[in-house]
Amino acid sequence: MATPGYSEISRNGLWNNNPALVQLLGLCPLLAVTGTVVNAIGLGLATIGVLTCSNLAVSIVRRQMPETVRLPVSVMIIATFVTCAELLMKAFTYELYLVLGIFIPLIVTNCAILGRADAFASKNPVLPSVVDGFMMGLGFMAVLIAIGAIREILGQGTLFADMDLLLGPVARDWAIPVLGSDYPGFLVAVLPPGAFLVAGLLIAAKNAIDAGIERRRSQQVRIVPGAKRVRVTGKIS
Amino acid sequence: MSLMRMSSPHARSGDRTAGVMLQVAAATIPGVLALVLYFGIGVLINIALCTVTALACEAAIMKLRNRPVAFYLKDYTAFVTALLLGIALPPYCAWWLPVVGSAVAIVLSKQLYGGMGYNPFNPAMVGYVVLLISFPLAMTRWVAPGELIQGTPGLGEAFSLVFGNYNVDGFTRATPLEIVRLNDSILLEQLYQMEPMLNLGTVAGLGWETVNLGFLLGGLFLLYRGVITWHAPVAMLATLTLLSLLFYDSGSSLSEGSPALHLFSGATMLGAFFIITDPVSGATSNKGRLVFGAGVGLITFIIRAWGSYPDAVAFAVLLMNFAAPTIDNYTLPRTYGHKAPRKATEGEEEQ
Repeated sequence: MATPGYSEISRNGLWNNNPALVQLLGLCPLLAVTGTVVNAIGLGLATIGVLTCSNLAVSIVRRQMPETVRLPVSVMIIATFVTCAELLMKAFTYELYLVLGIFIPLIVTNCAILGRADAFASKNPVLPSVVDGFMMGLGFMAVLIAIGAIREILGQGTLFADMDLLLGPVARDWAIPVLGSDYPGFLVAVLPPGAFLVAGLLIAAKNAIDAGIERRRSQQVRIVPGAKRVRVTGKIS
Repeated sequence: MSLMRMSSPHARSGDRTAGVMLQVAAATIPGVLALVLYFGIGVLINIALCTVTALACEAAIMKLRNRPVAFYLKDYTAFVTALLLGIALPPYCAWWLPVVGSAVAIVLSKQLYGGMGYNPFNPAMVGYVVLLISFPLAMTRWVAPGELIQGTPGLGEAFSLVFGNYNVDGFTRATPLEIVRLNDSILLEQLYQMEPMLNLGTVAGLGWETVNLGFLLGGLFLLYRGVITWHAPVAMLATLTLLSLLFYDSGSSLSEGSPALHLFSGATMLGAFFIITDPVSGATSNKGRLVFGAGVGLITFIIRAWGSYPDAVAFAVLLMNFAAPTIDNYTLPRTYGHKAPRKATEGEEEQ
């Protein structure tokens, strides 16, 4: 398999092969902790860090890894970086660590990470693997933040509440009461069903955008006059 | 003279969706009248708000899906969904409850699954449950019958409650089911003497028993017209009676209430005749309907007796909607000309 170019890696990670919207991997943290933007950013950053580092490490040892034990090796590497991320969050953003709780150690079981380690990093050179890990992580975090923002606005009527958990006292007053201060709160958006609904609607939106792009592209085909084929079995392009 | 030759089938059916839906709507009239009589005009405001929102949502989605708007609005399914949701919502609740509820019912629970005939869950109950878990406080405040609170709110007051201050606390009391569920200190007989809500009525609380009687009448009308079959309602009511008899505990302080209370209070009759008889989200065969109804009765009683919500019909219906495909699979009727019914999941090799 030829290593794809960097722009293609980026496009795949952010859009065409987005781990959350297309591969539907890592749904457990995606649905469980996206109640607010700050949770989404916290978990997203941890995931980017772990994904980039694990892709780097797996790619480095890819020639030494026996085929039979490649999954255990990958899991060990990922577990190491997850532990690092957990300790770092404990040290620097303790309150956020408490809020995210079990979902930080559970990054180990995030299939998006193991999936990239096995499908990309174990077959490609170091630098493309790092870029792939970073872009996949970025695509995952973008979806996390989008779901977090929608659920926070619908559920609590605010945006960027409690950002000081992540960024320190500077961000204490960042909360924007988008829907007014007496918004009653649409509780179902904060509860698990809301996460499924919002994630489903985002996937539908992505598919609709893709279909729109495809339609526009197919309309741009110029039909050359005079070059008619009498019998065709497929689309003329 | 021209002899027209027509090929078979010669049978004609006058039952179109619109006709059936209009009969269902007409059958709710006694129940709605009883609601208006005891709880005031709040229910009419709810129905109006739900209907407007539901029809607007249905039209908007039909437009988005490039379907004929008028054709689908004229089958009245959206109207019946809105009607049932409007009846189920607490009267005089804030205007955005019916609006959000019917938008959820039509857009999320009906049209996203493919529209009329494709929804796995009862749309009205989905709207109701989404509101109940989102706004538990506003959804569990039921206004009391007029005799207990010096009259229900008048027209002007009703509008200011719905569109203005939302403060219905002065008009609300615990419902009969809540009174019995929360009691754990005195005998049921004493409770009935003490609570005006219970002793002004005969068995199941002032107002509530009349409302349930109204929906029972409407249900009998639907049975008579052949719009629904008896299987699901009878199974649900029988299960509920049996269970409440078992846990009646001869009226001790820990009693879960008499069978009469369970049959004629809360949403029992509305659920039995108007909700679980939904042909789309319920079970299909007659045997399946018996199982479906019994399941609704069972879950309703369990949540009423040991849950923390004031009524349980909506949850019970949704949980059994989940089970309906499985029930259908195990209750396939025998096909004419074949011996035993074939399970849909059985493979070819088992034939």
